[in-house]
Amino acid sequence: MADFKKYEPLPKKDRTKVPRQEMPQQDPLERIKNFMEVPHGLSPEAAQIEASRCLECKKPLCMDGCPVEVDIPGFIRLVMDGEFIAAARKIKETNALPAVCGRVCPQEEQCEKVCVLTKKYRPVAIGNLERFVADYEREAGAVMAPKLPPSTGKKIAVVGSGPAGITVAADLAQMGHKVVMYEALHKAGGVLVYGIPEFRLPKKIVAAEIDYLRKLGVEVITSYVIGKLDTVDELMEQEGFDAVFIGTGAGLPNFMKIEGENLNGIYSANEFLTRSNLMGAFKFPENDTPIFAGENVAVLGGGNTAMDSVRTSLRLGAKNAYIIYRRSRNEMPARLDEIHHAEQEGVQFKFLTNPVRYMGDENGWVRAMECVKMELGEPDASGRRRPVVINGSNFTIPVDTVVVAVGNSSNPLIPQTTPGLETNRWGNIKVDDKTMMSSRPGIFAGGDIVTGGATVILAAGAGKVAARGIHNYVMGTPFYADDDKKGAKETESETKK
Amino acid sequence: MFKILEKEELCDKVHRFRIEAPRIVRKAKAGQFVILRQNESGERVPMSIGGLDKENGILTVVIQEVGKTSASMNRMKAGDFFADVVGPLGIPSHVEKFGHCVCIGGGVGIPPIYPIAQALKEAGNKVTTIIGSRSKNLLIFEKELSEASDQLLVSTDDGSFGTHGFVTTILQKMLDDGVKIDMVIAIGPVPMMKAVVNTTRKPKIKTYVSLNPIMVDGTGMCGACRVTVGGQTKFACVDGPDFDGHEVDFDEMTKRLKMYSRYEKIAYEKFLDDEHCRLGKQVKQMDKQDR
Repeated sequence: MADFKKYEPLPKKDRTKVPRQEMPQQDPLERIKNFMEVPHGLSPEAAQIEASRCLECKKPLCMDGCPVEVDIPGFIRLVMDGEFIAAARKIKETNALPAVCGRVCPQEEQCEKVCVLTKKYRPVAIGNLERFVADYEREAGAVMAPKLPPSTGKKIAVVGSGPAGITVAADLAQMGHKVVMYEALHKAGGVLVYGIPEFRLPKKIVAAEIDYLRKLGVEVITSYVIGKLDTVDELMEQEGFDAVFIGTGAGLPNFMKIEGENLNGIYSANEFLTRSNLMGAFKFPENDTPIFAGENVAVLGGGNTAMDSVRTSLRLGAKNAYIIYRRSRNEMPARLDEIHHAEQEGVQFKFLTNPVRYMGDENGWVRAMECVKMELGEPDASGRRRPVVINGSNFTIPVDTVVVAVGNSSNPLIPQTTPGLETNRWGNIKVDDKTMMSSRPGIFAGGDIVTGGATVILAAGAGKVAARGIHNYVMGTPFYADDDKKGAKETESETKK
Repeated sequence: MFKILEKEELCDKVHRFRIEAPRIVRKAKAGQFVILRQNESGERVPMSIGGLDKENGILTVVIQEVGKTSASMNRMKAGDFFADVVGPLGIPSHVEKFGHCVCIGGGVGIPPIYPIAQALKEAGNKVTTIIGSRSKNLLIFEKELSEASDQLLVSTDDGSFGTHGFVTTILQKMLDDGVKIDMVIAIGPVPMMKAVVNTTRKPKIKTYVSLNPIMVDGTGMCGACRVTVGGQTKFACVDGPDFDGHEVDFDEMTKRLKMYSRYEKIAYEKFLDDEHCRLGKQVKQMDKQDR
């Protein structure tokens, strides 16, 4: 039965005349005083109107743009028909994390980028619709585990409970395997709980996703450090796991190795965000963990993590919150939405600027940073134009807090304690990208520990590939059957995105 | 959830907790640490391992009340539970046959010296342990350490017990007397560790110190615990906690340890106020009942 009245489809030629439905959101001046979510979500009516914009293309390009192969036209049609819960379940056939992905995926770079409407009009708001149906299902109390197949008797350990781990665990559980998920922190969700702020991804949503895993029969064990308490080999030899998936993320914060970087008030983004998000330091002293965000806060970097950090600092009371980025606005890797949100909230962007040293006071607190201006030269390996220092352009900015958000390296804990596990020169685990199996049979990996810092959806995509690889491995079915070229091809194109 | 099996006051504001943690104890080695979290709103606090009962799976930690979190933990009783005990974390202390090892502990740095002294002894070393405190009544783990070491020497700042002076007073005297020392490991307050490495610098005795900077996750993710060692930034949680003492920038570490002192004061005072209020209410209630 429909959850809502069916929306009569317009003739296709009229669909392009419907404007994209705007997402209602908290006023910028209000929202910088709280940690509540910025966009309020679409109303059912607006969702149906937005869904009615879909041209229902015969060859839906949007699906090619989705790393986890969501049936986008299928779920959008269900929204138009008012079948919101059915729409949510349609997404969940391939994506365990719709409420999360609807909020944090860079849709403008993926599904919405290739939407046919994008050429002449604005794309269908696929991300907003995804978020809408996932929220609708959850708020209606309608989240249910699908019927599970009979047990295969195989047992798989998932190390790390971030987006890659969640996806692997959900997929494997739905194939009938017993899954145990290990998390080093006290709360499951990985970067979704320690890294992404409440105002962008409320923690109750992550908690609901973890609950969903439990409904699928996944055992979730927190405060358990693999590599210290049990090694990966011990999991396989002593705990009887048939395969292990490593999704431990890019956990080691990068610093710039410049003078004064260990002064008080200088944080890695991981620490700053972990204090605020995971430990709830924004509620100090109600919560015990403190955080320091002064009046003049500089955040280094141009990614989503930098945007999250700078917007957190405003909510913690910063008067001047700067983004210091060594390239120009065009090269910033952050989601467009987050850059817009930061601008609306009064973040000051200092482009083509790079710090060279920090100056502190006698008590060891940072007081100022010396920066240089940059200009863009030839493209580098990343395809972006390389920033070059303009000699003699040095200037000083007064700061009392600095957040370094210039990326992460891979945490060495597991590679160090797993003999024979091959890594590349950045310490990332080497895998076969069709199966996600590492150099050690039975040990698989995916997400940031393989690619270096990337996005939630790419990690989820890797998780899907790994789940298939693990399934084939533990069931003894061939990885690449010659008579199943289509399957192999699909996986290949998936990992490229 | 991790059950407190026994709790004992060692001296004013210092308590020993024996916690049921068989999996951690099975894996832990001397020199490693754990992270404790009391409850949902609690902090993650790194604590040195002050004893490993491998047979019964019991972990010992010694907690000194210095702020809100430690005060609140020290109000817990046997039978209560810590929400989380994570570990073992960090690299175990370097244990091999050095010859004559001198283990030095000061204040709440004394308990973690105990499993290290035991391990060094087991590895065939001669172990001399020096412990120091401000005063006799603050001296802890004396019995344990006298059992674990070939020789136990004690100093008190006020001369109320043992040698009048600091642990370095004893160490310097040993050097002056020509005692051959092959390795020193020191755990305690930063000024004590700094004084120890300054004593062993000239005679070039290999000296390890166990650092206890501010930490959040303890697995290398947050970078809060960075310390400068030999001019390089290291993360104490994954590169340590033990480092070559002669290479450590103690002055930077001292400043970093004070980063949250203002906040710590606010939280501690609020905690003591609240506790005072609660006690006051209880007394009033009892007064009423008496009348």
